Amino acid sequence: MDDQEKPPASTMSGIDKSKLEEIIRDYMEYDGNALTILQSVQEAFGYLPFQVVEHLSEKIGIPLGKMYGIATFYAQFKFHQRGKYIIQICDGTACHVKGSMLLEEFITQELGIHPGETTRDTLFSLEKVACFGCCAIAPVVFINKDVYGNLTPAKLRRILNKYRKM
Amino acid sequence: MKKYEIEIIVCCSTGCISLGGQEIYDELVRCIKEYNLDTNVKVKPTGCHGFCQTGPRLLINPEGVLYVYLKKSDVKTIVEQHLIGGKIVEKLTYKDPVTKKTVQKRDDINFYKHQVSITTNNCGKINPEDINDYLAVGGYESLKKVLTMEPEQVIQEIKTSRLRGKGGAGFPTGLKWSFLAQETSTPKYLICNGDEGDPGAFMDRTIMESDPQSIVEGMIIGAYATGATSGFVYVRAEKPLAASRIAIAIEQARKHGYLGSNILNSGLNFDIQVRKGAGAFVCGEETALMSSILGNRGSPRPRPPYPAKSGLWGKPTNINNVKTWATIPKIIDMSAENYAKIGTADSSGTAILCLSGNINNAGLIEIPMGTTIRTVVYDIGGGCPNGKKFKAIQIGGPSGGCIPEQYLDVKMIDTQIDFKSITTLGAIMGSGGLIVLDESTCLVDMAHYFIKFTQNESCGKCVPCRIGTRKMLHILDKIIMGQGSYEDLDELESLAYTIKNASLCGLGQTAPNPIISTLKYFRDEYEAHIKGICPALVCKNLITYHISAEMCVGCGICAKNCSVNAITGELKKTFQIDTNLCIKCGLCFSACPKNAIYKKTGGK
Repeated sequence: MDDQEKPPASTMSGIDKSKLEEIIRDYMEYDGNALTILQSVQEAFGYLPFQVVEHLSEKIGIPLGKMYGIATFYAQFKFHQRGKYIIQICDGTACHVKGSMLLEEFITQELGIHPGETTRDTLFSLEKVACFGCCAIAPVVFINKDVYGNLTPAKLRRILNKYRKM
Repeated sequence: MKKYEIEIIVCCSTGCISLGGQEIYDELVRCIKEYNLDTNVKVKPTGCHGFCQTGPRLLINPEGVLYVYLKKSDVKTIVEQHLIGGKIVEKLTYKDPVTKKTVQKRDDINFYKHQVSITTNNCGKINPEDINDYLAVGGYESLKKVLTMEPEQVIQEIKTSRLRGKGGAGFPTGLKWSFLAQETSTPKYLICNGDEGDPGAFMDRTIMESDPQSIVEGMIIGAYATGATSGFVYVRAEKPLAASRIAIAIEQARKHGYLGSNILNSGLNFDIQVRKGAGAFVCGEETALMSSILGNRGSPRPRPPYPAKSGLWGKPTNINNVKTWATIPKIIDMSAENYAKIGTADSSGTAILCLSGNINNAGLIEIPMGTTIRTVVYDIGGGCPNGKKFKAIQIGGPSGGCIPEQYLDVKMIDTQIDFKSITTLGAIMGSGGLIVLDESTCLVDMAHYFIKFTQNESCGKCVPCRIGTRKMLHILDKIIMGQGSYEDLDELESLAYTIKNASLCGLGQTAPNPIISTLKYFRDEYEAHIKGICPALVCKNLITYHISAEMCVGCGICAKNCSVNAITGELKKTFQIDTNLCIKCGLCFSACPKNAIYKKTGGK
């Protein structure tokens, strides 16, 4: 998650150009498509910085409007810098039945953020995801790439504290 | 390969890893080394055993002893007492939640007893990241057998097996393959649909994580039968472990000469690429999925032309679900006739279901078609936990519906056209998510939850789905707030049928199912909401929280958990909730160690 620790970039100057060049090179070489290239950008930068998408659009010849048409269609793409730790609450059916709403309430009260928002200290972002497919251990929360199952607000408090200290 | 006396299997799929499975594996490897047992004991990381709820877990073979709910410290105990001392550690074995008896062996556990393993046979037995393990259990033998047959014979074999697509629609697979085989235009493509997007489903993820080589082998067999030269596996980005394991499997298969040009000197050329979806439910629909593979918005288009005529890049294409592909090698192996014998006269083979929700034994199960819902819920699932009363099952995700208690003895089958049991009830079996709901679930809230989901996932292309689902959500919003009327129920019903009949793709056509089925079987709950009552005590606007004076011990934990300071009181005396300040978040309710907080509905 090193990429997400970088400060928000307002111009191309704040962006790791070599990484971007590499993504473009891959695209040209493998005849990739707009979706894969956007996924690579998000993987590298943690979100889709406008300047990067603009630059890409010029380089690979796909109109900016089309790029955004694709990006905004899919839930995976984010358009703002996100926190160091991304908390994703699963809101699948099993999680819903077993109390995912309660976990959301808890995080909102504990961190003061709603889904789609990031804390002021940029430590945590909160997101809601349709289903991770870990229904047998519902309710489930992902924090970056770690999975936590069978959660209660009390367990989640301990987990959040662990991340605060990291 | 070296033969070991004892093999210990540790589940390392997403569910178990989240509960600490990796730690158990590492500790076990360390302990085995420490006690110099590594010449005799082999530790094997595998995919899912199905019974995810009991993780982390390990299985000692050949004895078949299963240890569940493990902690790191338990591993040493097992190594010392079981492996060295030869005595089963009773307290770490499985305890049946219904009979309260301990069960030492995996195969004696009720959860497994009623199951059959065809498609999921290798899951939890082999290391999914090692092709040699797959080869050791007879992997790629089916492909070798197929290569001695004529392509038409292979299609005939699949037709004989009466295999139907396991993605939900239930179209006969052999017939679908024959459409592609007839096409003369080249190149032809195969797609494996792993865009498992319905909430409550994890069958495809489990198979991709646990037995990815079966999918690859199935696709190669499909390529031989239909003349396709290139394949795509479309996986959801939310399932990263599945995506990485299928990529590893493809790479290893290529190295072993099962993919690429002139496969096993048969002249067959075929290769597979992985494409990651980006989180859009509609991409499970085949035309939307193809649009997404091409890198565009995942919008569906009208059919015909069907993919077999015009699919990827306008070329003939065949799409099958993960489970369908993974079943192909098994059918060839066990013979089509034998596969067709399993199940019922209408539906052959097995159904793979994900059992979750308010149930004692949650996990992935495989049952013969025609098994009753009661067997699934009670015999395999062990019923609802904490003595709560069973209310309904929700099957088929956002495209399915809720089936009430009186239909527990209905058989489950997959036939879409004739779909005798489930369809007539107003629910499609879908790809196989099955969520058990107990009396604490509000069915109106459930309908609201699904419509909110489909409304959000509607791609916006056609009016009935885009606007219709929003209208339905609006009405449901009113009802769960206690502001609905009886006319709203009629409008809801009429909207539901309009959307069902007029939408462009499967998403819209099935989106009203949760409403239709709940209105049919649980209309009284809707009516209660109109009167301002939520019988299950779920809908926020219709309930209030209170503290029972008899049960409250005055510990103050509730007050500490209240963010709006609505709870006041003195330590060791009864606390009180100011219902005017209370935002009904429910945190005090879940935090109270004495269960002294209760909910009321219907005014007052």
